[in-house]
Order: sequence, then C-alpha cells, then structure tokens
Amino acid sequence: MAVINQTLAIPDFSLSPRIDHVGVEERASRFTKRSIKAETKVNGLKLTLNMIDLTTLEGKDTNGKVKQLCYKALHLHDAYPGLPTVAAICVYPSMVSVAKKALGNSGVKVAAVATAFPSGQAPRRVKISDTKFAVDNGADEIDMVISRGKFLEGEYSFVFDEIAAIKEACGNARLKVILETGELVTYDKVRRASDIAMYAGADFIKTSTGKVSPAATMPVTLVMLEAIRDFYYKTGKMIAMKPAGGISKSKLALHYLVMLQETLGEAWMNNHWFRFGASSLANDVLMQLEKERTGVYQSANYFSID
Amino acid sequence: MSTRVEVLKTYKIYIGGQFPRTESGRYYSPKNKRGESLANVCLSSRKDFRDAVGAARNAFGGWSGRAAFNRAQILYRIAEMLEGRKAQFIDELVKQNASAKDAEREVNLSIDRIIYYAGWCDKFQQVFSSVNPVASSHFNFSVPEPTGVVSIIAPQNSSLIGLVSVIAPIIAGGNTCVVLASEDQPLCAVTFAEVINSSDVPGGVVNILTGKPSELIKYFAEHMDVNAIIYCEKDDANKKLIQEKSALNVKRAIFYDGVNWLDEEKSQSPYFITDTQEIKTTWHPIETVGSAKAGY
Repeated sequence: MAVINQTLAIPDFSLSPRIDHVGVEERASRFTKRSIKAETKVNGLKLTLNMIDLTTLEGKDTNGKVKQLCYKALHLHDAYPGLPTVAAICVYPSMVSVAKKALGNSGVKVAAVATAFPSGQAPRRVKISDTKFAVDNGADEIDMVISRGKFLEGEYSFVFDEIAAIKEACGNARLKVILETGELVTYDKVRRASDIAMYAGADFIKTSTGKVSPAATMPVTLVMLEAIRDFYYKTGKMIAMKPAGGISKSKLALHYLVMLQETLGEAWMNNHWFRFGASSLANDVLMQLEKERTGVYQSANYFSID
Repeated sequence: MSTRVEVLKTYKIYIGGQFPRTESGRYYSPKNKRGESLANVCLSSRKDFRDAVGAARNAFGGWSGRAAFNRAQILYRIAEMLEGRKAQFIDELVKQNASAKDAEREVNLSIDRIIYYAGWCDKFQQVFSSVNPVASSHFNFSVPEPTGVVSIIAPQNSSLIGLVSVIAPIIAGGNTCVVLASEDQPLCAVTFAEVINSSDVPGGVVNILTGKPSELIKYFAEHMDVNAIIYCEKDDANKKLIQEKSALNVKRAIFYDGVNWLDEEKSQSPYFITDTQEIKTTWHPIETVGSAKAGY
C-alpha cells in the first residue's frame, strides 16, 4: 500500500467492494415510493432548483447562447417571487470568460468541462493545459472525464495519476470527476472508479457526460452515494455527488433527493454537496412550483425556452 | 360438459396510444335502465387528465404537420375499422338502453360521420382561406390552422354518435384531443379507443378518459396547456365555470348544447372543424411590376 500523506492510505482498488446488482436496483426503486406532502414537495423543488448545474455543451454553442443561459440562471421565472438561483452554469472552457462576465458577483458558479470532454481521448499534457485554460479564465469548478479505455484495461494507476494531476492543475477550483457510467457497464466498475476518483482527490464524483446513453440512473447514483458514504466513514472527508443527464422531470429529481437524504443524510442536502447536471429539468421544476402556487396545471408556453 | 364462463372485457382508459388503468386505482359501475351493471369502469383522476394532455401536446406537432390528405386517409381508416366491429358496438349500445334498430342506426350514422369529416380534411382549408384586399404592396392571405390541444366533455346522453361527432372534426382539423366519455354510457368510448388504436392514428392524437364530469370539468377548463374546450350540456353553472377558468389562458370555450347528434342536417358541418381553428394572416411584400398593383 502506498501512502501519499499521513491520513490517506491508498487501498488496492481491485479489492473495491462488489455490488449486489439485484439488491441495489431494488433499493433504488424503494426511494421512488415515498409519500411526499405538498409543502415538503415545494421545499424539495426549490432545493432542486438551487442544486441545478444549468448546462449547455453543444458544438453549436455561441457567446449569445451562453449569455442567455446565464440570464436564465439568475432569472429562472421572475413571475414567481423568492425563487433561488441555480448552483452553476456548466460550459466548455472557451465559454468560461463569457459566462463569468455575465454572472458577475451573483454567486452562481461557473463550471467548465475540461480534459478533452466528452471522450477524454487526448494526451495528459493537453488535458492539463485544457484545465489550466479554464481555471485561468475564472472557472470555479472543473468537470473532468476519466480515461475509460485505460480504466477498462485495468490501468487503475494511470487513471489515479491522471485525476491527481488534474486536481493539481485545478488549484482552488473544485474538481468533478466524470466516470461516464454508461461506458463502465457494471456496478462493480462504477464502484471501483468512484473509489479511485475519491482517493485521487476528486471533490465531486459525477455520473455522466450526458453524451452517452444510459446517463444517470438511480441505481448507479446509489452505488456512487454508497461509495461516498464508505469513503466518509473511512477518512472523515466529505465528497460531493453530481448525477448528470437524463434527469428532466421534477418527480425524478425528488426521488434523487430522497435517495440522497436516506443514504448520506442532512449534511449533503445542499448545493455544495449535491448537484443535478441538467438543462431541461429547471423548466419542469418551475412548472411544478407554479402548479403548486396557482393550483393550475401549467404549459411550457409560459416559461423561457432555455 | 361444463358450461363456458364468458371472458369479460376490462374497460380501461386510453392515453398516448396505451390502455392504462387510472392512476388513482378507482372505478365506478354504471347501470342501465334495467338496473344491470354495465362494467367496472375507470374513474379517472385529474392526474390521468394531466398525463393525457401531455400525450396530446407531444402528438400535436406530428399530427398537425401531416399532409391534410394523409389525415383524411387515416380518418377513413377509422371508419373502415368501425365498420368491421359494428356488431360489438350494436351489442354495447343495446346493453346501454338502445333498441336493436336504434343501435344499428347510430353505428351506421357514426361511420358515415367519420367518412364525412375524412372528406373535409383536405378541403376546409380552401373553403375558409381567403386572399384579402389591402391598400399597400402586400400579398395578404389568411389560412386556418389548428389551435392545439382540445379538451372535450363528450355529449352525456349518447354513447357513440355524440363522441364520434365531437372527436372527428377536431382531429380532421389537425388538433389533438383529450375526451371525457359519457359518464352513464361509457362502454362505446372505450371500444372506440380500440378502433382508433388500430387505425394508424398516432398515439396521443386522441385520448379517452372515463369518469365523472362533475370531478373533472374544472381541470378540463383550467389546464394552461389546453387551447380549447368543448362542452355539450345545457348546465349553466358548468358553462359559467368553464368560461371563467378558460379566461386563464384565453382558451376557446365552445358549447354545443342542444345539438341532436342523430340529426344529419344539423350535427355535421365544416363549421364544427373551424370552431377549433385559428386564422393566420400573412402579409407578403410584393413589388409593383409595371401597371400591376396589389389589387386584391
């Protein structure tokens, strides 16, 4: 066992716990059966809004699109007084300075996907300079992708070192490590990748890029949350979680919050420790909040498009 | 030899091309005049309605974007399918108080009515479009376009012909709809959903719920994503409710009270289509060429 400092002993990742496939899916489906009363639902929906990383990661992104998204982050639905803002805007590194300027000192963070997102197929020096570019432009958070190919080949040390190197390049920015669980296939591998990321210095572990299907699912998120819990018990260090992709309905978001509460507890129930990577979720949450406020089912026509 | 036990049909609702049970798990048992229970029928909830509107909204783009001629073909197909299941409908109508003779007449009339609107699908636009005279160099024309999602409380005193008469013109015009069947005579509505489902009508274009208008009218009238509502009774309190709630998003409130759906003269016309159409007017700049002017 190698030791990188006094407190953190690096375990043998090939010995990461095996996951009970049936058990974890059954457990995850239980979270969807909780009865949530109206007032709690409204609180949960507002919390959900506050946890969203409003995301645009398209080849066709323009400065205008990013500015528009930043405006939306600050003005989710002005007709509804007292709404929180989203947690962050998630963009490509080239858009960081635009987003940073548009958001000003609003408190909404700028997250940048770096390290040759979404494939991660680039040499390490390119990934590091990609990261540094984003950080130099003012990114508060970096979303990196792991080298899934190397991971699947069993090159765990390579993946570990890469995450550690990016973490170093991040400086004060918080690092989210995207496992791209849709390409890892089994829960065992998700758990192993989670362990590697956390020991290597991740501040967040994140399910997916949103470019691969399946993206975030409840069972995969549960496996990662349990990895966070075990890591916390072992080291006393809290790690944040970000499911991303495929969460577009309020109801599903509430199920995730139930899962978070029942797996990690109250301390994680805020946007420092939990995020939703989503773009269309915000509008659905807003429509549900308006439904609760007015008692009338809403139409997408009355909400901003992006 | 043992006697065979008849296999009874489960009457379910129709949402987005699927036949789910109501999410509420509730049911009711309407009776005919002889006091016999017709069936255990889904008592739909507002959430079923919400889901149905979602399905109708999703289906609207594709349905309204189809060629009018293709919509005509599909409506014609509904009539063909209905013809093939005539006996079943007659049987259900007889169960719901009709005489055999009246039942057959109602089914025949329903088939003919669908054919009637199938014919209008690609013709009403021409009849109701116009080229308008304007005083500037513009080519100015108006065309009807479907309004969107229409919620319908089907005529309560009829099981089949009323239902068909309100659905056909709505979908002929390119709208999608959510229909609440007759509370006391819901059998034909569910069977008609099966006809729709086997007639190349895309899922979500027609959604049929069963249940109580008294519970659901409010939601049919106030949903912000519904563009028009059709109500066929004379109940003034309900009409007032519908008009008030419709004001929320200025949806069209259309009342067909006092229509005798069996009367071929008065219960079918292209105006039933245009009631749920919006008129779009386009101003297209033109040059004045030579002595020609925008003279329309």
